Amino acid sequence: MKYTSLTISDPDQLIYGTAPHPITTKHGMVIGGGMIYPELNFTLPNIKIEKSSMPEIRRHYQQIVSESLQRAAELESPGVVLEFETLPPMTEFPEFGMDIVKILLDGIEEAHGKYGLKASLRCTPNDNREFIRPPIMRSGRYWEAMLELFEKSAQAGAEFLSIESVGGKELHDDALVNGDLREVIFSLCVMGVRDMKFLWDHIVPIANKHGVYAAGDTACGFGNTAMVLAERQMIPKSFATVVRAITAVRSLVAYECGAVGPGKDCGYENPILKAITGFPMSMEGKTAACAHLSPMGNLAAATADLWSNESVQNIKLLGGMAPTCYMEQLIYDCRLFNQASSDGPEAALQMRNWLVKSDASLDPQALIISPESSVAIAQAIVSADDHYSAGIASAREAIRIMRDSSEKGSLKMDTRESAWLDRMEDELDDLPDTEEEFIEEMMEDVDTDKFVPEDYELPVLLTV
Amino acid sequence: MSNIEDLRTAVISGKRKDAKVLTTALLEQGIAPERLLEDALIPAMTVVGDKFKRNEVFVPEMLVSARAMKESMKLIEPKLIEAGIKPKYKAIIGTVEGDLHDIGKNLVATMWKGAGFDVIDLGVNVTPSAFVDAIETHEPDIVGLSALLTTTMPAMRETVAAVKATGKNFKIVIGGAPVTQTYADEVGADGYSPDAASAVDLAKSVLAA
Ligand code: B12
Repeated sequence: MKYTSLTISDPDQLIYGTAPHPITTKHGMVIGGGMIYPELNFTLPNIKIEKSSMPEIRRHYQQIVSESLQRAAELESPGVVLEFETLPPMTEFPEFGMDIVKILLDGIEEAHGKYGLKASLRCTPNDNREFIRPPIMRSGRYWEAMLELFEKSAQAGAEFLSIESVGGKELHDDALVNGDLREVIFSLCVMGVRDMKFLWDHIVPIANKHGVYAAGDTACGFGNTAMVLAERQMIPKSFATVVRAITAVRSLVAYECGAVGPGKDCGYENPILKAITGFPMSMEGKTAACAHLSPMGNLAAATADLWSNESVQNIKLLGGMAPTCYMEQLIYDCRLFNQASSDGPEAALQMRNWLVKSDASLDPQALIISPESSVAIAQAIVSADDHYSAGIASAREAIRIMRDSSEKGSLKMDTRESAWLDRMEDELDDLPDTEEEFIEEMMEDVDTDKFVPEDYELPVLLTV
Repeated sequence: MSNIEDLRTAVISGKRKDAKVLTTALLEQGIAPERLLEDALIPAMTVVGDKFKRNEVFVPEMLVSARAMKESMKLIEPKLIEAGIKPKYKAIIGTVEGDLHDIGKNLVATMWKGAGFDVIDLGVNVTPSAFVDAIETHEPDIVGLSALLTTTMPAMRETVAAVKATGKNFKIVIGGAPVTQTYADEVGADGYSPDAASAVDLAKSVLAA
């Protein structure tokens, strides 16, 4: 493990707006430098993306950037990040994606000229590698197109590069619906970790070459899929909580490879990563209910350096176009947090604690990313010898936290949920000591038709 | 002597090995394969499905039962074919072109299988022409389409139009987070359901109509 100790070991230092290693943007926003800024995300309404619809699509993005930044300027936001999370054809055909990148960058420059607004762009290409089944992870047209969009958007001036990568997901969805912790660990800590290393060893040099920031990855397709399934009562929350803790091990790899933040919004594992790395993180919570529901609407803000709405369609609401309305909401959220900070460290801590306490006792998925839990899980991760052991250690720590809190009465958990704590612990007890043995066992058990073992540096079993 | 009741209980509690042993024994005792299906497996999955609807069990627990049923079906199916008994309904399901979301679709497929449907799952990113080909080959009673992205809803519309143009006689039902009853009406689908738990009732009701 590259990180063997924590950058933030005192939970009280894990707080919104401040990160030990802040990031300065071209227009002078200092992310993690004491202030929390809004990060606006947006997407298209019901429309097919193809050449003939591109003029209409361009108009959507032009409207989004000009109207939302105008509102940001009117509300005197000290700065704002826009995230362009592409839709699959925009990465598959980088010329579509680049069209939009340019529109957004022009809009940002225009707002800077017109209002002096400090804005910056995060570009998040899609990981389309899974369009082929089994996915080809290390070559092919999806891989090439994705790198091309990273390269060209960085060159054009997108200051942050991010992705929600999918390495390891071939097995993870099934692991989730089957409640199979062993397969979760294999997907995230064996397959996921290997793919992350390969992927970020490509993204970091691109960022460095163009003088922009390799900002980080998220285990969205893993942890948030679990969260949505738990929200719908399809899988236990206690299980989704353990999955979340383990995702931190996978997402950490981007930073081990040289990413520097701000981590991407949908990574609810980010507080754990902030404790380990000290890099600023974006988070989403209550103001992202337009995109998905979550049980940590307030708590998610407690450690955030950027505050995001995850995604909203460009549709008309009574107040205006939805992205503009969400820009306003994010700005008011941030104003309140920043006001508390400018009243002094005690006020900021009080604000943070209110954010934490208002959610932490109601759902284990919230509790697990509280500053205290985040530091504890982060410590378990950095104390481990390798990513496999770190996965197990983070899972055990998550179970311990849930058990302790529910025994103390500080976490609500029914018997149907708590029964899973024992079940998961038994599964962890049965795991072998070394990754090597684990891989050997798993390669016999999992469906190896679903992924390409070579792309994960995994041994191909010879079937006799 | 084993009885049908034991098989039903084994499937409800997800005991795969028991389900296998009991099925073998019951078949050897001369009980008709369709009785095992109709009186043990389908009722068992209905019990489990109802528990799931009432939030009494989680999906992993439901899938354990589904796997126990599958174990039993492996033994029953050849006998059914031998006896010339076809499943009551044949279904085709898939996620539309451009869309890779399949967790919801897979659950619907599982529920349909639990209700005794013969389900052919075409997977994800399925083009309209692949749906059409499958329909020509399998002649289903019902076709299910799933879409999770607003940007793939147009593909759903195109798929509905393409499969209808085959002129074959089957019902179309659609689902997925952004899909609504209004949208189903608009694109000319026969039905919509918001979740897997109600997808069986939906299928039965459109097929009965
Ligand atoms: C999990 C998930 C993923 C996973 C999918 C894993 C998988 N194997 O399916 C991954 C990470 C791969 C993923 C990828 C993407 N996703 Co996604 N994803 C989700 C998420 C969080 C949950 C979906 C889910 O599984 N729900 C649980 C299941 C059980 O529910 P369900 O799918 O709704 O299915 C139920 C019913 O709808 C119904 N049903 C479903 N199908 C059918 C069919 C029939 C016939 C019937 C009767 C019923 C029925 O029954 C099901 C069971 O109860 C949603 C959020 C949301 N609000 O839905 C976003 C979401 C759908 N994704 C979104 C996006 C943007 C993407 C990406 C483009 C992200 C990116 N930038 O890369 C890619 C697109 C990839 C692609 N080309 O498809 C957006 C869509 C926004 C939009 N414009 O439409 C959403 C809404 C998230 C958001 N708020 O931004 N995603």
